Amino acid sequence: MSIRLRELIKAVRGCKTAAEEREVIAKESAALREAFREQDQSYRHRNVAKLMYIHMLGYPTHFGQMETLKLIAGSGFPEKRMGYLGLMILLDERQEVLMLVTNSLKMDLNNTKNMYIVGLALVALGNICSAEMARDLAPDVEKLMDCPAPYIRKKAALCAIRVVKKVPDLLEQFVDKAAELLNDRSQAVQLGGATLMLQVARGEPGLILELDGSVVAKYRPFVPALCRVLRSLLQPGVSPEHDIGGITNPFLQVKMLRLLRLLGRGHTESSDAMSDILAQVASNIEANRNAGNAILYEAVQTIMGIESIGGLRVLAINILGRFLANRDNNIRYVALNTLAKVVSVDTQAVQRHRATIVECVKDADVSIRRRALELVYSLVNEANIRTLTRELLDYLAVSDTEFKPDLTAKICMLIQRFAPDRRWHLDQLLAVMLQAGAFVKDEVARALLVQLANTPDLHAYAARAFYRALAAHPDTAAPSLLTTAVWVIGEYGEMLLPSMGGPLLEGEPPLAVSDGDIVSLLEMLLRRHRSEHVVVEHVITAAMKLTARLPAQVARLRAIIGRFTASSQLEVQTRSTEYGKVFAHERIRSQLLERMPALDEAEYLKANNLDGAAAAGTSAPPPRQPNGSSGGAAPAAAAPKASGAADLLGGLDMLGGAPAPVAAPAVKSLVDDLDALLGGVPAAAPPAASATAAPGASTAAAVAAVSDDLLNLLGVGPAVPPAAPPAPTLAPSSAAAAVDPLASILGGPVAQPISSTLTPPPAPASALPAPTTIVAWQQHGLVMSFALTKHPTNPAVTEVVSTTTNNNQTDVTDFTLQVAVPKFMQIRLDPASGSLLAARGGSVTQRLSVANSQHGTKQLVMRLRITFTAAGGQSHEEMAEVSNFPPGY
Amino acid sequence: MVNKQGQTRLAKYFAEFLTTDERRALEGEVVRKCLSRTDKQCSFYEHRQYKIVYRRYASLFFMIGVDDDENELAVLEFIHCFVEVLDKHFGQVCELDIMNEPEMVHYILDEMLLNGQIVDTNKANILEPVQLLEQVTT
Repeated sequence: MSIRLRELIKAVRGCKTAAEEREVIAKESAALREAFREQDQSYRHRNVAKLMYIHMLGYPTHFGQMETLKLIAGSGFPEKRMGYLGLMILLDERQEVLMLVTNSLKMDLNNTKNMYIVGLALVALGNICSAEMARDLAPDVEKLMDCPAPYIRKKAALCAIRVVKKVPDLLEQFVDKAAELLNDRSQAVQLGGATLMLQVARGEPGLILELDGSVVAKYRPFVPALCRVLRSLLQPGVSPEHDIGGITNPFLQVKMLRLLRLLGRGHTESSDAMSDILAQVASNIEANRNAGNAILYEAVQTIMGIESIGGLRVLAINILGRFLANRDNNIRYVALNTLAKVVSVDTQAVQRHRATIVECVKDADVSIRRRALELVYSLVNEANIRTLTRELLDYLAVSDTEFKPDLTAKICMLIQRFAPDRRWHLDQLLAVMLQAGAFVKDEVARALLVQLANTPDLHAYAARAFYRALAAHPDTAAPSLLTTAVWVIGEYGEMLLPSMGGPLLEGEPPLAVSDGDIVSLLEMLLRRHRSEHVVVEHVITAAMKLTARLPAQVARLRAIIGRFTASSQLEVQTRSTEYGKVFAHERIRSQLLERMPALDEAEYLKANNLDGAAAAGTSAPPPRQPNGSSGGAAPAAAAPKASGAADLLGGLDMLGGAPAPVAAPAVKSLVDDLDALLGGVPAAAPPAASATAAPGASTAAAVAAVSDDLLNLLGVGPAVPPAAPPAPTLAPSSAAAAVDPLASILGGPVAQPISSTLTPPPAPASALPAPTTIVAWQQHGLVMSFALTKHPTNPAVTEVVSTTTNNNQTDVTDFTLQVAVPKFMQIRLDPASGSLLAARGGSVTQRLSVANSQHGTKQLVMRLRITFTAAGGQSHEEMAEVSNFPPGY
Repeated sequence: MVNKQGQTRLAKYFAEFLTTDERRALEGEVVRKCLSRTDKQCSFYEHRQYKIVYRRYASLFFMIGVDDDENELAVLEFIHCFVEVLDKHFGQVCELDIMNEPEMVHYILDEMLLNGQIVDTNKANILEPVQLLEQVTT
């Protein structure tokens, strides 16, 4: 009726599928239940064996627990043995059934006829004992530690470990007993004693407080005894039956060494006492076998863990060096493990092995890599950050996913802390974002952006680097990379154009991008990452910013922005709608979208104050009236120094406490403008804007509406920090504010910007000769004139203001100007003031700056590429060469 | 003790008790990780809070989970010692022996380990009680 265990195993092995196996087990379980119910005596022993097998396979076996107890209570040894085995495997200390077994255990522990039964009980107790059982049976265990049979003593010692672990109060009675075992003749008992001492000395966390290491102190006198035992083990052939590869009982040696470590830690005397034997172990053990290495490994840990002398440490570090160079991966692993433990003790020694450790980072074995990495983290400093970061990045690419967040955070931290220069910092963080962007924290990306904003030299480079990254990985880029890159492109987008970005940095591949490509990239990102609204938000803002940087692409950018006015994401919708409104204020748009100022506030304010003082000192300072330089005026005239104040999108929060008196009026007027914008004033171009362009755009009503609003706002005008000695042109505006605000705002400042449309940017008159004007190109009713001015200090640099005027009877749209120069020159193009040339005299200005490196030998020469759409949607593309620069340029 | 196909042949737990499901999950994870490692890699890997030390004998893997400050090399040596004892007992031990007589392997293991600590590594000492009982029962 009942099958044998072997038959059950055979049946299970014969199963081809998991379902089949389950069926066999279910059937057998049913049969077992049946047998248990029938109180079948003769097969109980076999049934429990089957139960254990079923348990090992991972099936429930709770129904058989009582059977094991019955077996234990039986008298026959085979039954008892199976019963205890079942007890250890099938039950755990939490089960109440266990209480029932205490009595049987007690009886068996006190069995005087058969020491193997006592052994069985000790093993079972050692494995499953609960706190209650520990209390009940501790005296028996203690007594058994004195038993004449070593077979019992060794087990009793280990059983005691469980007892004191469960009930720390009982610890005291075992303290002395454990130490006695050290002198036992049997090595197994010595091992048990040492293990128990370790456990007792380590104690429970709560216990250490009470006894406060007194156990350790109590054991310190045993150091010589331990050393003696250890020394005897070093003699070859002491006990052949424990010999492993010529080494006597490595397990005992390892335990002893560990115990010595515990006793010698922080105690010079004991450390001295054991240093002899440690040196002996470290120099005598053969390292060609695993057993020997195990001992050496433990010895090294002990040497580094105690207050050992320098010579001993050198010995230990040398052993580790040998371990590291070993070809066996196991040995290398433990070497790394130990180095990680000693790095805090002796960094210098570990640094010596840096090259090998870094080699291990690349190991094929994940365990070794992980160990090596942890070491590398603690070894990085300014001197080796470049190489180590490269290694870490290489590893990042191949590491396990579960490992990446931690690794990424660590790399970012290391880069931030030790970066030797900013370009490197940028490169490395970009690499991290590419490989593990999902794990890069926001703060890291933000800190990078602040740093970038403060490093003008890197703007173009950063834009190119991020553009390349996005273009190469549009799909896989993580949000952190996307948002960072899109922000940079929005800020510094025009520098992507080869003509604007300045020279490539050393070792940088060239990048051929047109303004259209940039917009296409944004469009593509929107398509691919539609669901991530953080990305969409950034793209919208970048698109808006780019309208001021890439005048030729305004229409497409506007379409991008306008696409989300009905987005279900509130933030996306808000941005889309509000940015859309900005287009109604063409006059101030380009200033609204100025670059973000450097975000280091202290630095920013300082620069601003200095700038103001300098402006006040000159005889004819530039009229810093950003709101006055309208659609027709060169935006460059107001930028870039004033950009801090002028950049409303970025600079608003800085107005709060900005003690920048000179800039204040300008700021104030800008606030007005913004208020008008946000307050939903009917989209009317303020009248000043209409002076040259777009006649008829403003109406009397609009003027009234705006002026009303301005009046309201100016009611608080005087509250603005008093405009301490402002530039002369500003004086009337603040003085007149109380009397006739409208006039001051609309009249005073406006006059200046209009004139600036036609003349080069105002500069100290004394320092600068009147500009020379040439006609650069003339076709299709358009006239482009260049107003040339030499840089006041560097004659090789020429500032050019190009003004293109439309003399046709129809509007010209999408006007762009691109300029190329020979290799020996460098050119920088600022964004154009617009792309629309209104009929009958509408104009667009754009500022260029050319540096001629062969000034004096070669004349200035340029090639122009002009594109525009004339009436009827006909698009033109014209090329022209300008070589009629006057002599001296 | 697990064979190459990932079937558990013998399992013993000391420190903490796990339910059947937890046990299955843990064994599955540990074994998968172990089997994915190649011969050239080292015999240690980390899993949850444990460090797994393993050694392969023919088609059988012997794995021991230890805590962080255990001497890995010594554990490795212990596995070897255990296998030698099995070998001595069964005579050219193979997977089939272990599979068909799990209780015997448990007895042997109980003579070597108690509550996760080494009891004895002396082969004669270990096998003496086991074989004595073998004679009694047969």
